[in-house]
Amino acid sequence: MRPILSIKGLSVEYLSPRGRVKAVRNVNLEVYKGEILFLVGESGAGKSTLGLTLLKLLPEGIAKVVGGEVIYHRDDGGNLNILKLRKGRLRRFRWKEVAMVFQGAMNSLNPIMKIKDQMYDVIKDHGVRLSKREAYKKIEELLAMVRLDAKRVLKSYPHQLSGGMKQRVMIAMSLLLDPKLLILDEPTTALDVLTQKNIMNVLKDIRDKLHLTMIFITHDLSLAAELADRIAIMYAGSIVEVGSVEQIFYRPKHPYTHGLLKSVPKLTSEIGKLESIPGFPPDMINLPPGCKFHPRCVFRRDICMEKEPFLQKVEENHYTACWRWRDIFGEE
Amino acid sequence: MGKSENTPLLELRGVYKAYKVGGFLRKVKVNAIEDIWLSLGEADIISLVGESGCGKTTTGKVAVGLLKPDKGEVLYKGKNIWEMTKEEFKEFRRNVQMMHQDPYSSLNPMLTVYKTLSAPLFRHGLASDREEAVERIARLLRLVGLTPPEEYMEKYPHQLSGGERQRVAFARTLSLNPKLIVADEPVSMIDVSLRASILNLMLDMREKFKVSYVYITHDLITARYFSRKHLLMIMYLGSIVETGQTDRIIKEPLHPYTQVLLSALPEPDPRITRSKKLIALRSLDVPSLLRMPTGCKFHPRCPFFKKGLCDVKRPTLIEVESGRRVACHLYGS
Repeated sequence: MRPILSIKGLSVEYLSPRGRVKAVRNVNLEVYKGEILFLVGESGAGKSTLGLTLLKLLPEGIAKVVGGEVIYHRDDGGNLNILKLRKGRLRRFRWKEVAMVFQGAMNSLNPIMKIKDQMYDVIKDHGVRLSKREAYKKIEELLAMVRLDAKRVLKSYPHQLSGGMKQRVMIAMSLLLDPKLLILDEPTTALDVLTQKNIMNVLKDIRDKLHLTMIFITHDLSLAAELADRIAIMYAGSIVEVGSVEQIFYRPKHPYTHGLLKSVPKLTSEIGKLESIPGFPPDMINLPPGCKFHPRCVFRRDICMEKEPFLQKVEENHYTACWRWRDIFGEE
Repeated sequence: MGKSENTPLLELRGVYKAYKVGGFLRKVKVNAIEDIWLSLGEADIISLVGESGCGKTTTGKVAVGLLKPDKGEVLYKGKNIWEMTKEEFKEFRRNVQMMHQDPYSSLNPMLTVYKTLSAPLFRHGLASDREEAVERIARLLRLVGLTPPEEYMEKYPHQLSGGERQRVAFARTLSLNPKLIVADEPVSMIDVSLRASILNLMLDMREKFKVSYVYITHDLITARYFSRKHLLMIMYLGSIVETGQTDRIIKEPLHPYTQVLLSALPEPDPRITRSKKLIALRSLDVPSLLRMPTGCKFHPRCPFFKKGLCDVKRPTLIEVESGRRVACHLYGS
């Protein structure tokens, strides 16, 4: 498997009146071509900050990359260090190589422009050499791919569309310049179950038809269960476990992942009383020493309070940042 | 005490509530809820489930007396709450509490936990001085798992995490020893790893103090967990479409809307969720409340739509088996 993106030792901090918020801490991760990788974590885990960093979209002056790099591997074999890109190249990079859809992105549509004109502008403004006719053909194809009635949608203003339709317009729009990697940050979070299901199906279609690589950021394990090839679990700014969807759901090797899975209720299977993870997430300004999960971990030993664990190999493709995974869960 | 053993704690009888919407030239009346029936006794739980705009929150507000219904009755221990004396109404409001979704905005940022929790105690005469209040609050904080309580009392909301805030909000709800709590999406803004603990805490209070709950949520999975052997009510565009014991509905949903909803719900298990078969809707668009469909409100989207019946006649809620009611022409009505 060839990586499309390599994140190496990445750390990001925010400046706050109380001190430095260590939002992303020493993240190492490869994203492989054609896969759907889920970044799963709870609020404050650093998943959205990581997503923004991948496109160099961090708010300037407040957030700072304090270490590491993000390398994008182009189709032609060239490598781009994203964090070093300057304005002009960054602009092209953002739509043509990597595109992003945010939670509530539908609210960023221009309310006084028809969808048709907004979508055409994206193509025109990025200097793509397409005739007007070709451009509209492309727009219609993409709207069909996200299961929208192009005829109706194109002549609509945003307020004439439902939230789910607008979010699908945003997804179609993000695909206009044929990006190779799509980053989705909680794209279905504010939407109803049925609308959410529809968007998940649209993303499946896109994967099957365009063979795009996707990074899907969410707090919702159910969505990962539905669509992920691989999952990276984040806690307190770091990746604590990464593996295939099967490895993470059925053979977790980190106490946090394990606890998370046991704390979510299921619909069809029989369940007893849910167990929640004791305690609360850490203060990102005053992080505990050693493993950041140790204050909530029932398996902790002295070493966990002293030294922060790094990602260790469990089996092929499966890594966990826990000193005691063998004792707790056993080998595969 | 109630009139008899069988008098429910809270009853909604055929409740309607409409809102006026639109500009100043053309105000339109929109029915937020129509013909809602609900009854619950001591230590009962009912989950109200539906998507945004289905009227579940309005139903909750009517139940706690925050909104006056246009039609129908709200009875507390057999008494219409809108015909109560001032004293009776005050007692009703103390016994029936609402718990909100957002622990970030439901707590006053200027007040310490002590101030937040002591105010209702003093107001309702449950504490006469600081010492008494501190003692009671310490007990409450321990009850909701915030220990050591002395430390939490002096904290402001911004010094607490979302999970801690929701526990403070819950402690405030409990402080007046309510008989019934209407909880509107109490865990939807809480981190996944803490949700179970809040739900378990609420269930513990039911065990300990026989508190009853109306649990309002869009999330069928937590509703199933919270009200398994109790009642579930599925709402769609302001009406009840199906009601009955939670586990039975989840196992065998009768109303097409419930069936579609269950088939679309992702589950935290890859094998289960990937082998689910989606029941497709005829239309994805939720009709506007301003243009409510004729006949059955679900007919424009229903996969089992029968022309000439579903678009003409509104189905009534009928009992199909003991304790299970459905509003759908597939089952008579």
